[in-house]
Amino acid sequence: MSDFTAQTLTETRTGDPEAGFGDYVALLKPRVMSLVVFTALVGLLVAPGGTSPMIGFTAILFIALGAGASGALNMWYDADIDAVMKRTARRPVPSGKVPAGEALTLGLWLSALSVVMLGLATNWVAAALLAFTIFFYAVVYSMWLKRATPWNIVIGGAAGAFPPVIGWAAVTGDVSLASILMFGLIFMWTPPHFWALALFMKSDYHKAKVPMLTVTHGRAETRRQILIYTVLLVPVALGLAFTPVAGPVYLSAAIILNAMFLKGALDIWRRDEVMAEADGYAVEKKVFKFSLLYLFLHFGALLADAIWRVI
Amino acid sequence: MAETTRPLTETHEIHKRRFGRNVGTALCLLGFCAVVFGLTIAKVREGGLLEANDHVPRASVLPITEDSQ
Repeated sequence: MSDFTAQTLTETRTGDPEAGFGDYVALLKPRVMSLVVFTALVGLLVAPGGTSPMIGFTAILFIALGAGASGALNMWYDADIDAVMKRTARRPVPSGKVPAGEALTLGLWLSALSVVMLGLATNWVAAALLAFTIFFYAVVYSMWLKRATPWNIVIGGAAGAFPPVIGWAAVTGDVSLASILMFGLIFMWTPPHFWALALFMKSDYHKAKVPMLTVTHGRAETRRQILIYTVLLVPVALGLAFTPVAGPVYLSAAIILNAMFLKGALDIWRRDEVMAEADGYAVEKKVFKFSLLYLFLHFGALLADAIWRVI
Repeated sequence: MAETTRPLTETHEIHKRRFGRNVGTALCLLGFCAVVFGLTIAKVREGGLLEANDHVPRASVLPITEDSQ
């Protein structure tokens, strides 16, 4: 046996990081997909007219797949950043399990497949919105905004806000005030949600040289911006209550949840770094966790109202 | 170098991973076929009394006239 063969075999047997199926699934960011599935499903279910369960299922499946495809494209492009950040270093591309080229190929093929299938299953308005969302997340956010401006989260948040609009369009074939307000709810929620995270994950963003607001404008300014965006979020969330898709459940939930979120944002704004360091960013972590619940319950309330109307 | 003395027929972790990947891909393809099939059924049902053009005048698509009654 030649040295070359022996060496190759040893490498193969001891440390070859060949990807398993799960690594390709991880490329699609399944946790992000769950939020996409839920908000798109609500958009689809509250839309007037309704659709057959099979078509609805197919629409949600391919909206989720489109979101996954944009996640794969993001992982392909951001591999250098991901390798530096502790939170993302074990992702399939930076860890070396999946070659970057495969992530790109998977992302492009799944993008095309999801858009075409959504168009065939529902309508081309929904498909065009999905295509734009993938483009916005992969190109506008990942390739441009993320590395260019501290407002990356604000503008880039639009990509995450589109799923309920696509779900709605899959049924109605158009965009309405209610779907725009659902978009607005996620769009305005994204900055305080991510900035709360950035406050207690500071070293990661510093290391990766991502111009997060905490890095470029300081932590005090970030706290102020969290409060500003939360204040701006409230009228959007409450405004949705006065559209035909919402009802008493949503109105009640929105009043309580927005009061709580506003209080959390005020608490963050009132604190400084000394206070935050002292309790291990307890308030920031609490607000971040609550922000997840906030969005889930708003859309859950819309769903509850839709069920209420049917009963 | 002790690793190299293993028999070549032995199934290695890498083969298990490849097998898992192949099974996963096969299941995805099967799932996709099932979705396309289900979607076709749903679309056909939704379409109601749609009839494809067979290039022959059919009674069901001709306008109703006194002669045809």
